Amino acid sequence: MAAPPRHVSMLSISNSNTGAPQSASSDKPQTPQPSPSPQPTSGLRVPSNRKTIYDRHLNRSRNAELSRASFAYLFAEMVTYAQRRVTGIQDLEKRLNEQGYPLGLRLLDLLFYRSTSTSSSALSSSSTSSSPPNRPLRILPLLHLIHGPLWRLLFQRSADALEHSVSPDTPNEYMITDNDPLVNTYISVPREMNMLNCAAFIAGIIEGVCDGCGFEAKVSAHNQPTEMWPSRTVFLLRFGDSVMEREKVLERNGVK
Amino acid sequence: MSYYFTILSPTDTPIFNIAFGTSKGGGDGIARFRFPDTAQYMNQFIIHSSLDIVEEAQWTNGGMYLKHVDTYPPAAAYISAFLTPSGARFLLLHQPPQLPSSGSTSTLGASSLLGAAGSTTRASSSSVAANPTSPQTEEAVRQFMNEVYESYVKTAMSPFYKQGMEIRSPVFRSKITAAGKKWL
Repeated sequence: MAAPPRHVSMLSISNSNTGAPQSASSDKPQTPQPSPSPQPTSGLRVPSNRKTIYDRHLNRSRNAELSRASFAYLFAEMVTYAQRRVTGIQDLEKRLNEQGYPLGLRLLDLLFYRSTSTSSSALSSSSTSSSPPNRPLRILPLLHLIHGPLWRLLFQRSADALEHSVSPDTPNEYMITDNDPLVNTYISVPREMNMLNCAAFIAGIIEGVCDGCGFEAKVSAHNQPTEMWPSRTVFLLRFGDSVMEREKVLERNGVK
Repeated sequence: MSYYFTILSPTDTPIFNIAFGTSKGGGDGIARFRFPDTAQYMNQFIIHSSLDIVEEAQWTNGGMYLKHVDTYPPAAAYISAFLTPSGARFLLLHQPPQLPSSGSTSTLGASSLLGAAGSTTRASSSSVAANPTSPQTEEAVRQFMNEVYESYVKTAMSPFYKQGMEIRSPVFRSKITAAGKKWL
């Protein structure tokens, strides 16, 4: 969806062409010469403690928990920010979705990085380090990835249900249910906006994960309260036709 | 052995590339391709032409490291691929030195001064350089790719980086150079 158009890639190809001979000749290591970027010539600005993002370990914050109060505050601000420039509920949900999307792409990489690094450290000596978790090729592994590891990374628990649409007309629809989404815990929606579900942000994250894995999908969040779970939310995943076609081909070829 | 490494975004935009040579077995880390210096774009052509094969292999093999995927015999170039889960492609073109016999004798001469301790490392490293499809090479490339992946994830996690942007950070470049020195 938010993929950069083709002409962008053409543009950068021509850029790298003009820069190619120069950069190829200057590729001797340890010449941190800033490539033709509009930066001041002093080059890189390093933080005062000399630690760039590349020097920090990605697992450092792995077990660190975020204060719920500050998250609620930030999220409330995000909703307010999105609401300031919209015309309707759908528009607002779309904006929340767009805020979540890039997060999904990032979480995907982080999730795989963390699971590979733990598996290799746990089995460091054995040769099984060559079997990090596989990229999901079929829809079901992808859904399990979202339902389990992704949810645990975000909320420290799995999602509550994972269902396939029972209607034969919509085989491309899947549902992930969360009985009490964290993002909605401190949000009470006014009566005149009762269709709004701010978990559209989470839907955006899911959409980013699906798209990143190569499964084009539209994801939306819907209120489905029950007596026990008043803020129960269903995330509806609608996969595109291309995905369903590929799914059939892969099934025929016996790819798991 | 000379290497050309490139990262492609999910929409096929090249976001990073670097050429380097082996540092093992007396290598000086400078790329010496068989093309003249004026034809460096050939590396890009060869790498990009392997994308079709990568995209095919992508849906049959769930691993992130796809090993050696393509060969370009006229230049004796081998291409290894690594896929990040979010769809970026790391492609490494490697080209063994043109005259493997003279190359190995010069290594021999250099390391014979080091004696027995040096000879074991020379054996493993020269096999990496000379035989691009051997298990040792695959393993070395895998380690290299994993290290690049770590740096790539760090880049991608930056709030100022959007997917598909060119990676300009000199720190990233030096990290890749270091990984290349360490493993290849």
